[in-house]
Amino acid sequence: MTADIRDHTASQHLADGPPGDAGTVLDVRDLTVSYVGPDGGTVACRDVTFQLGRGEVLGIAGESGSGKSTLITALTRLQRPPATTTAGSIVFHPSDGRPGIDLVPLGSRELRRLRWTSMSIVLQSAMDALNPVMRLGDQFADVLRTHHRGMDRAAAKVRTVELLGMVGISADRARSFPHEMSGGMRQRATIALALACSPQLVVMDEPTTAVDVVMQRQIMAQVLRLRRELGFAVIIVTHDLSLLLEVADRIAIMYAGRIVEIGSAEALYRTPAHPYTRGLRDSFPPLHAPLTTLHGIPGTPPDLRRLPTGCPFHPRCPVAVEACSSTKPPLVHLPDQAAECLLLTPEATS
Amino acid sequence: MSVATSDAAVAPTPETPGSTPTTTRLRVPSRWSFMVRRLGFYLAAAWAAITLNFLLPRMMPGDPSVAIIQQLQRVSGQQLPPETLVSIQALFGNPDANLFEQYLAYLGQLARFDLGTSISRFPTPVSEVVSSGLPWTLMLVGSTTVIAFVLGTGLGVLTGWKAGGRLDAILTPASTFISAVPYFWVALLALWVFGFQLDWFPSSGGYDPDAEGVAFWLSALRYGFLPAATIVFSAFGGWLLGMRNMTVTTVREDYVLLAQAKGLSPGRVVLRYAARNAMLPSFTGFALALGGVIGGALLTEIVFSYPGIGYLLYDALTKRDYPVMQGVFLLIALTVLVANLVADSVYVLVDPRVREQG
Repeated sequence: MTADIRDHTASQHLADGPPGDAGTVLDVRDLTVSYVGPDGGTVACRDVTFQLGRGEVLGIAGESGSGKSTLITALTRLQRPPATTTAGSIVFHPSDGRPGIDLVPLGSRELRRLRWTSMSIVLQSAMDALNPVMRLGDQFADVLRTHHRGMDRAAAKVRTVELLGMVGISADRARSFPHEMSGGMRQRATIALALACSPQLVVMDEPTTAVDVVMQRQIMAQVLRLRRELGFAVIIVTHDLSLLLEVADRIAIMYAGRIVEIGSAEALYRTPAHPYTRGLRDSFPPLHAPLTTLHGIPGTPPDLRRLPTGCPFHPRCPVAVEACSSTKPPLVHLPDQAAECLLLTPEATS
Repeated sequence: MSVATSDAAVAPTPETPGSTPTTTRLRVPSRWSFMVRRLGFYLAAAWAAITLNFLLPRMMPGDPSVAIIQQLQRVSGQQLPPETLVSIQALFGNPDANLFEQYLAYLGQLARFDLGTSISRFPTPVSEVVSSGLPWTLMLVGSTTVIAFVLGTGLGVLTGWKAGGRLDAILTPASTFISAVPYFWVALLALWVFGFQLDWFPSSGGYDPDAEGVAFWLSALRYGFLPAATIVFSAFGGWLLGMRNMTVTTVREDYVLLAQAKGLSPGRVVLRYAARNAMLPSFTGFALALGGVIGGALLTEIVFSYPGIGYLLYDALTKRDYPVMQGVFLLIALTVLVANLVADSVYVLVDPRVREQG
């Protein structure tokens, strides 16, 4: 396995554009999520807006507490109280040309019908994501038979074996319990499970943090290969920017509940526009360049209950100017990316 | 697409510090070898219980068998037949034989279910006395243990699933309160209110001695209702609290989240994913409670004068009927062992993970 998966997949992919029919699979606008408590709410995601193309891989990166996990549970409508979506819309566009469906106001019955067939999820720890007292095959069969009425046990078994084969797991493993499999195998099994009902979008929450680096690369290469074959879109949430730079088509950087920069992986790596993105990039060793001194980002993420005025990043920003502490930065569109930074506005540059 | 075998696809992974090490595949012992080992353990424990039952009367000061024979002759007012003497000496000690011979004779007695003769109900054999009480206890305590478990566990799943909801706000504090009230007090209060004041239910006994056929069974239900209700009332709260707390933690598990994300029906998510896992500790408790069925209802049977094993034991204690006591103790020890064996065996089936630990 080569050091850089992106060289073979993502960058080539960028040049070709997303596979399949062009168009948007998910359209998220002004999504705001609060944790409602007795003394008001804490806004963990604010005005999150992005579009996801069919077959596209979008990476979402940020430090702990930046609102990544909150965003994922809101997108998949899996949030539990006290988390509440207070504003915005998540419009899912089915592939058959039916009109888009806003997931936010959707009732639980309609939502259940969309789940797994339109959008599935891979959780961080495969150890905990599989039911420990059910055989692997049964955990495939129940979702297959829930969504495909009339599918009998034998057909579900055939499909399970086919899915396991896609991620290189032998057929006899369907009879195994999760504890009888290795960590990497379990994670690949949950990825196969996510593809069971041919979803158009797979949301992955830190899919490789629980496995070692060798397995990480194998798994991500497998995901990209399956994406090419089956054409589903992927949202990967992780704190590992270097992983995203390798596998994602586009990357969104989250800070204090906002997307502060979004753009192609290429652009974010070569010409990050936001000082925070630069800081994140320089916290990782470069992939091909000779070793240089790594720079971390000083300070810690802000307390969401007491956000700094103006740009939330200004207390940690190495290039902040005086206006940053008072003026909220607007979203500035650049050719390959968009970022929320005052220094990018025409007034600042002139 | 190519179906590569899993082992070929997985490159040998070095143990990297800071990452979860991939677990190696253990050779899982088969279900049967596990069960055989468990069975061996319980046979040994049963042997120990029987042997202890044999040794205890012989270690007592004086000679229990002589005392029992004298007592029997006093209550019966006649010379005992020689086979009764032999039986009593086999069970409680024979000064003329050595310990090993006595042990063999004792085991022979047990093999014939000969537990001696009751003193208080002379000349009824102990085995007959015990087996007259056994069905009553099994029916009363057995059925109420199952009912309390099903009711408490079911409500525990509901309250735990919607923790903080209305049902939880009412049932959970109520269960805590009920569990804290001593059982004998509940039983006495129920007896006083429903038995004496309102006269809805009979206040003592297990059946109407004059009834026959269907009427007899109906009377058994009527006589058993009050003792059964008090047992269920006092026991279900404990099951509810245990199951509720386990459900609350299980609901936060990722596999329950994933089950919801899969779009499974809520009933399936609750039963197959949440409750199925949350039940494992309660299940062990339930199996042990079944083991305690024989000896566990002492208070109920005393308060309601119910003709079961507990009442027999109480009766035997007050009348110093050692043969009956010995018989009941042996029965209790063996049923606890059998219940443990059943619990262990069934647990292997409900939780596949224990097979590895053996």
